[in-house]
Amino acid sequence: MFPIEKYHFAESVKDAVDALAADEKAKIIAGGTDVLVRLHGGSSDYEALVDINGLNELREIRMDDGGNIFIGSLATCTEIMDHELIRRHVPVITESLATIGGPQVRNRATMGGNICNGAVSADSACAALIHEFDLVIEGPDGERIESINGFHTGPGRTILQKGDLLKYFCVRPKHYKGFGASYHKYAMRGAMDIATIGCGAAVKMDGEKIETLKLAFTVAAPTPIRCKNAEEAIENKELSEETLQTMIAALEENVKPRDSWRAGKDFRLHLIRTLAKKVTRQAVANQGGTH
Amino acid sequence: MQSMNIKLTINSKKYEIPVDVRTSLMDLLRELGYTSVKHGCGVGECGACTVLVDDIPIDSCLYLATWANNTEIRTTEGECRDGKLSPVQEAYVEEGAVQCGFCTPGLIMTTTSFLEQNKGKELSREEIKRGHAGNLCRCTGYQTIINAVETASKNE
Repeated sequence: MFPIEKYHFAESVKDAVDALAADEKAKIIAGGTDVLVRLHGGSSDYEALVDINGLNELREIRMDDGGNIFIGSLATCTEIMDHELIRRHVPVITESLATIGGPQVRNRATMGGNICNGAVSADSACAALIHEFDLVIEGPDGERIESINGFHTGPGRTILQKGDLLKYFCVRPKHYKGFGASYHKYAMRGAMDIATIGCGAAVKMDGEKIETLKLAFTVAAPTPIRCKNAEEAIENKELSEETLQTMIAALEENVKPRDSWRAGKDFRLHLIRTLAKKVTRQAVANQGGTH
Repeated sequence: MQSMNIKLTINSKKYEIPVDVRTSLMDLLRELGYTSVKHGCGVGECGACTVLVDDIPIDSCLYLATWANNTEIRTTEGECRDGKLSPVQEAYVEEGAVQCGFCTPGLIMTTTSFLEQNKGKELSREEIKRGHAGNLCRCTGYQTIINAVETASKNE
């Protein structure tokens, strides 16, 4: 049996928020692919649970009249990956989620959990950053919207406060329309592995020139990050080996990889440089550019 | 600790039972006698506990038993009907895809769902590998398992 001391099955979003606000130790359980692993390991950090699996409105994936795409925090990776709206409008989400775990894990794990647990290696974080997701959060003081930019504050840490529950991700048309995007996860194994480095890029072309580049990494710093210096270095330039070199030179201002048992800092830096070029080229190709 | 009354169907048999909220679906199924569901790693890495919940494969070790309320569960026991093996089970036997057998029930359920979802599609060995990435086997080296999936896809 899992060492659960306190368990509340939420009947509504408000009920979940109340239960989370009432108990300092309360943690949300959604798909369970992280929380139950921690509990299996005997962690007491998760002994008080608020179960949101009954909140079916949070499973929804839809587009409103304004072209905003909403992805419910309880939608599983598989449901999101396979959804027609996501495949058509934001395919890099499908590409990213496909690299998580294996089929059984993706059938339970949620993108909400992948982002909210604050993992530095979260495979969906690059897609969230390059398409600048908004997060619709319900808290004790009602609903508010936060941007993914600045959402992660450290390893395993986010801006979420006591009583906060992520309801939906919102992808705005200005952040996906006209963009080509790509994601590459470098890991030691083809599946069931944690990223050594993950890289995502979204580009908008103006003829042969890159009008906008959004470049993001996981495991390249203490949080998933956007690389503003690298982005600015390539904007309004044509894609070439030379401009890519300028971009990766600027990149080093933005990243801070570390040594761990998975990989050394030097190797990670090599991956960061290599993937930045590879993924940017692929994003341009996906947008219909000539390279 | 509180318990919840749940209703579920396991291999066409209906149950209405109280379960402790701390119980995994894997533990519940094994206690009810469905011992094809193996307790392997307990953390969702090996897939030996794979069962289908409403036809979707999940690791039952990472699934609270209460979440199975109002669902239909399928385990390897139920795939065999009137003493006759399912086409997937038959293919595993035919291809010699079983050695120690511990991973087999989980793999059978993954293959069963994989072929149901990809009915009529021509499947590459790479696609088969990706579809089975959540199941570990320490004996076979996987080649005979992939052969079995190919055979089952042709026989169905």
